[in-house]
Amino acid sequence: MLNVTINDKDVSVETGATILEAARSAGVQIPTLCNLEHLSPLGACRVCVVEVEGAKALMAACATPVRDGMVIHTNSPRARTARKTVVDLLLSEHEGNCQYCDRSLDCELRVLSFDLGIQEPMYVGAKPGGQADFSTPALVRDGEKCVKCRRCVTVCNEVQQVGALFPQYRGYETVIGPAFAMNLDDVACVQCGQCAAVCPVGAITERSHMEGVWKALADPDLHVIVQTAPAVRAALGECFGMEPGRLVTGQMVTALRELGFDGIFDTNFTADLTIMEEGTELLTRLKGALAPDDPQLPPPALPMFTSCSPGWIKFAEYYFPDMLGHLSTCKSPQQMFGAIAKTYYAEKVGVDPAKMVVVSVMPCTAKKFEAARSELADSGFQDVDFVLTTRELGRMIQAGGVDFASLPDGTMDSPLGYSSGAADIFANTGGVMEAALRTAYELVTGRELPVDNLHVAPVAGLEGVKEAEIQITAPLPDWAFLDGVTVRVAVAHGLGNAAAVMRAVRSGERTYHFVEVMTCPGGCIGGGGQPRFTTDAVRLARINAIYREDEGKPHRKSHENPDVLELYASFLGQPLGEKSHHLLHTNYEARARV
Amino acid sequence: MHVQTAQTVAPLDQALVDSLDAYIREHQEEAGNLIPVLQYAQSAFGYLPEDVLKHISEALQISYSEVTGVVTFYSFFSTVPRGKHIVRVCLGTACYVRGGKEVLRAFRETLGIDVGGTTEDREFSLEVGRCFGACGLAPVVMVGDDVHQRVKPSGVKDILAQYEGVNA
Repeated sequence: MLNVTINDKDVSVETGATILEAARSAGVQIPTLCNLEHLSPLGACRVCVVEVEGAKALMAACATPVRDGMVIHTNSPRARTARKTVVDLLLSEHEGNCQYCDRSLDCELRVLSFDLGIQEPMYVGAKPGGQADFSTPALVRDGEKCVKCRRCVTVCNEVQQVGALFPQYRGYETVIGPAFAMNLDDVACVQCGQCAAVCPVGAITERSHMEGVWKALADPDLHVIVQTAPAVRAALGECFGMEPGRLVTGQMVTALRELGFDGIFDTNFTADLTIMEEGTELLTRLKGALAPDDPQLPPPALPMFTSCSPGWIKFAEYYFPDMLGHLSTCKSPQQMFGAIAKTYYAEKVGVDPAKMVVVSVMPCTAKKFEAARSELADSGFQDVDFVLTTRELGRMIQAGGVDFASLPDGTMDSPLGYSSGAADIFANTGGVMEAALRTAYELVTGRELPVDNLHVAPVAGLEGVKEAEIQITAPLPDWAFLDGVTVRVAVAHGLGNAAAVMRAVRSGERTYHFVEVMTCPGGCIGGGGQPRFTTDAVRLARINAIYREDEGKPHRKSHENPDVLELYASFLGQPLGEKSHHLLHTNYEARARV
Repeated sequence: MHVQTAQTVAPLDQALVDSLDAYIREHQEEAGNLIPVLQYAQSAFGYLPEDVLKHISEALQISYSEVTGVVTFYSFFSTVPRGKHIVRVCLGTACYVRGGKEVLRAFRETLGIDVGGTTEDREFSLEVGRCFGACGLAPVVMVGDDVHQRVKPSGVKDILAQYEGVNA
């Protein structure tokens, strides 16, 4: 332990703690900008400078480890003046346009400026400018607003290991962007939007689909339906000042009805459908590997990786093109919904699918890219037309004059609105795995998955890579080949962790049967389209809310969802059947990384 | 803004690519190997063609954006073909206050090119340096590996004459 004095308070901290950590543990707030939880400090923005007695220069609190006996002043006139100058200089290069900015309400630079008492521009002159990049379907980068804090660079390189963004050029001409400041669409960006999630200003945001949705809703000739992803209901409340982890499923449904959607449905319904297809695919692969009907055939690729997360899919296409055979061929629940809505549902309600508009509400920016993939049009139309992030839905509700907090609970419509608890947990890291195991284990043994309250504890939580083993004993006769087999599974969230698992599998260092990957830290609840700002505390609050939603459901397993069973009975036939194959499965393409 | 992007002017000479690969293999495991590899590549190819940068990104498993980030940060690196002799006029603080800017103007006018440009006969390229660590000799100009000290605008023609037509 080290003893230091911060603003005349005596503080004891662990060796290695930074001044910032020491101050926080003592309840002393130091403003920060470039700093990100758990990630190596950059010391780039200098907003957190403090005065250390005996030191000539001011020190960046985030990047300076404390020494025993240090006497620190976080709020001395010198520190405060320097901090203000730093923010003045950032403002002098920032093209705010605050009244039009996506970040009007939650811009960290604006708050910093206010907190430091800045009331007029201190430095006026040329601004580096920069052009807005509208090249991708998911993200917009606006160089004029960028303050070069490099949070996006840290997330893109350290957490996601995508490396699409890096500082280019030098000094005043610095651009935070892709190689040679090219467009994002010209480089190996997976459009996960974690950059947009951490940007303190409006320099990286999702590409808005709000206008298109408003237009569709206003057109009486169109039948406009909406699906909501599992993670949205645990975060949407944050858009209206509610605490993270408040479940607002019922209010969300009522709000969507007030906005005028013709059908309010659930991506959770097709999450259950995904489990039926993906679980069957896993068992089919296991049979092909362990007890093939025809031993001459090459064994199917194992482990099988989940395919719900579009950022992960694009990442695999760029970085592991040799392993695409390991990805489940299942479309994501969003795309399964689109394909089923414009066929089964259209037929059922007698609506021309050409006049049907499918809107998704997703915690995700990559879903905008996914919906635009040209091959995802098996209904005969683009299966999903518009994708709103959780944030965009929040803004539409606001703009629609709906008083969210006072709304009564509503319920989703039939026949695509009912879901099991297994579908709810698709939002959490480890959730798709748990949902799949609940169904696959029961299919194989005829018995319920033997874990406490159906939760597979080892794959839950925020550890980057999690593993579990499930021993199969006394299976049903059809699955006799699995008797005594220990099924090994892994769960990774954050693409850096996914890449580590992929490399370990490729080298043979680790062997698994089934691996779940979610692009964003924490899973979809931490997606690039969720309300800002997502810390681990927020992730855990949302994760726990989702488990509560699951535990409150009458059905907890996907294969018990009566509406999914009805869909198979009256339309699809059986999992992996011909119709499923056509509507619910897809294929992937290798992409060049550079 | 002075934005450079990379290009590949002519097909890459396979012997040079092989020599680059050998160099990369030798330094594969070393931390901080990107800059030495880029320096080697630039001296081999005369500049850093786009294809070479992509090749280096793959071989070192460093993202392309980081490779180009380093290339565009250091004025030493060039992504366009350059002349036989690289003239670099220092505009670091000491050289700047002792007339570096006037010296640079003299080079621009004499060569008829701007900073970043190359003469039509491919003899000279003109660049700006940011301190060569020889501030006591300011203003300093480097031509190739030669350092010219206390350069005056009036001496620019004489300096160039030493290199015209001479192989680097």
